[in-house]
Amino acid sequence: MKKDIILAGVGGQGILSIAAAIGTAAINEGLYLKQAEVHGMSQRGGDVHSDLRISDREIASDLIPEGKADMILSVEPMESLRYLPMLAADGWLITNTNPYVNIPNYPEIDSIMAEVKKVNQHIAIDANKIAADMGSKRSANMVILGAAAPFIGLPYESLQKAITDIFSRKGEAVVNVNLKALSEGYAFAKKLINN
Amino acid sequence: MEKILLLGDEAIAQGAIDAGLSGIYAYPGTPSTEIMEYVLGSREAQQQSVRSGWAANEKTAMEAALGMSYAGKRAMVCMKHVGLNVAADAFINSAITGANGGLIVVAADDPSMHSSQNEQDSRFFGKFAMIPTFEPVNQQEAYDMMHYAFDVSEKYGTPVLMRITTRLAHSRSGVIRKPVREQNTLSLPKMRNQFILLPANARKRYKVLLENQDAFLSDSEQSPFNIMHEGKDHSLGIIACGIAYNYLMENYPDRDIAYPVLKVGQYPLPKKQLTELYHSCDELLVLEDGYPVLEEQISSFYGLGKKIKGRLDGTLQRDGELNPNKVGAALGMLHAETLAVPDLVAARPPKLCKGCPHIYSYNALNAALEMHSKGRVFSDIGCYTLGALEPFEAINTCVDMGASITMAKGAADAGFVPAVAVIGDSTFTHSGMTGLLDAVNDQSPITVIILDNATTAMTGGQTSSATGKIEDICEALGVKKEHVIVMNPSPKFHEENMEVFKKEIEYEGVSVIIPRRECLHTAARRIREEKKIKEIESMKN
Ligand SMILES: Cc1ncc(C[n+]2csc(CCOP(=O)(O)OP(=O)(O)O)c2C)c(N)n1
Ligand code: SF4
Repeated sequence: MKKDIILAGVGGQGILSIAAAIGTAAINEGLYLKQAEVHGMSQRGGDVHSDLRISDREIASDLIPEGKADMILSVEPMESLRYLPMLAADGWLITNTNPYVNIPNYPEIDSIMAEVKKVNQHIAIDANKIAADMGSKRSANMVILGAAAPFIGLPYESLQKAITDIFSRKGEAVVNVNLKALSEGYAFAKKLINN
Repeated sequence: MEKILLLGDEAIAQGAIDAGLSGIYAYPGTPSTEIMEYVLGSREAQQQSVRSGWAANEKTAMEAALGMSYAGKRAMVCMKHVGLNVAADAFINSAITGANGGLIVVAADDPSMHSSQNEQDSRFFGKFAMIPTFEPVNQQEAYDMMHYAFDVSEKYGTPVLMRITTRLAHSRSGVIRKPVREQNTLSLPKMRNQFILLPANARKRYKVLLENQDAFLSDSEQSPFNIMHEGKDHSLGIIACGIAYNYLMENYPDRDIAYPVLKVGQYPLPKKQLTELYHSCDELLVLEDGYPVLEEQISSFYGLGKKIKGRLDGTLQRDGELNPNKVGAALGMLHAETLAVPDLVAARPPKLCKGCPHIYSYNALNAALEMHSKGRVFSDIGCYTLGALEPFEAINTCVDMGASITMAKGAADAGFVPAVAVIGDSTFTHSGMTGLLDAVNDQSPITVIILDNATTAMTGGQTSSATGKIEDICEALGVKKEHVIVMNPSPKFHEENMEVFKKEIEYEGVSVIIPRRECLHTAARRIREEKKIKEIESMKN
């Protein structure tokens, strides 16, 4: 088992909470893990990404080789495209459709989505809307993680347990909201692949 | 034992704590910052009374660590690569004094300049100082090396250098801990005069360092971090330093590499293994995540006899960090075609946060300077450097910490008046104060703007040594009280602030203006923490 995942977004969007959930689940499953993240300059509203690698064999490089990522998991649509050269031919592109516009030349969202749809295996999900409908805007990241869950190669229960562990300090209500967000995203992806 | 998930930086911190560390000194700098932050947050470190806390700059940090070593205890000092330039005087001379308690200097290099002004390679400094230098391949080795490096330091009575690069510093992986070791007790250096570098003593001490070179070499040759992997195909021999070894192995998923590989994690270069490899292979390929330090050395060791491939002969790109693809290409591996980045993807550069106080300082300063020709603002390093970008385009230089004030002074000396310096509060106490003293002594007509956001924001909001002291420092250095002016950088006071800038820029002496408002992130965090403390207290009552 080996999964190489590029996590993408904009500084401040909290992609590291997704990394923490997958990482905790992977370690609980007894897998090897490497996760390279970027600190510093790029956190001020710039593009950020993290290389997350899990495997049942020891992992050599902290960086994923180009064209070898099994998945790009992005919390922002334009950012999902920035890392396309990293994606393997049979890889999944999973992205939020909600744009984060903080530059004057942000492209038309329709042209972005047209590019997303060119990728053979993709899932586009309006995680912000799903999270807002649940009354918890802040859990959009967990909705996206849920949408990716069928392809990560970890048991769903393992992700649930990781989220429970990570958020337990913040109380039961927060844990439940995040679990709900995960399941909403999961159901969305399941429905798509079953159709 | 249980595996814990640690960043490379955190593995170094935990390794040092477990190896009997008594004190850590540092000035923040990406990618080294998380070493100190981990110790600051470690309950174990607290229970063992490990000294921790931010220093004014890397030089003061280095000297304090040397002092702790003098007193017999194990000390560590951490910085980013350019920090070692600042600490260089103390660092190079510490190789002459030697160490008493174990002393590890950690320098975190940033090839590809993810957040730095250059990509200098700290291994040069290790060689320059002639001390053992370590370069871990992964998080576990970074952890393990701390015990080992303290032992080497104490065995030979020498400081040692630990060099890491961004990818290891900021990558997380599982680490297995060792049993915890006791701290040292207080003791004086073995030789009474070894820390008095009067020429007569220094000559003796330098001979000791020179005599130690053979021992450092044989230590390297026996080091568990320098490993020779045999291979059947001797058409090529590969030398892989530190993290470059991982990029090599990534190209062999089954680890079935046919060439002999020398993995290097400790310097001086293990000459024995290297010579063996050189003589048994047709060509060599050198993989280093940084400058071609080793490549240059072996090229000159052996003249031009055998082909040595690497960054110097163009096999690998001369600049920038390595990655699995670059290393694969150097081995002649074909690289499958990949998808392209669609043209519509726009750059998203970092920028000042919405509402950041620096924005309003720059707006007022730009307005005040409108009547003058361009190119007058000498700046420095921090969040405020982003004022170079649109829409502000407010600054014209950023070189090294503290250079704003001194460069403005030099330009003013040349007759370029007005000249304005813009510097952050933390940068001011790091390296700005001495330059301000020069300007005062010369009565240079410069306007110094010290942006006081009460934190070291760029590196994540560490406490700033300057907080609460800036006016006193400036006045004590001789700036006239009426020319030390505090303002509130808020859009409400735009006109007023612009007038203050204008007036002080007109003034033909040194004036200091201090726009003061807390960084938004630091303020938010402080409020969160205060709330938490209140909650805990109300629970007690
Ligand atoms: C010699 C050296 N040490 C450390 C750094 C890393 N560094 C860059 S900016 C900065 C902090 C600046 O803080 P401050 O001057 O208060 O400005 P702010 O970011 O808060 O606006 C640091 C530590 C560096 N570039 N050079
Ligand atoms: S982190 Fe603070 S100082 Fe830096 S840009 Fe944001 S608000 Fe300004």
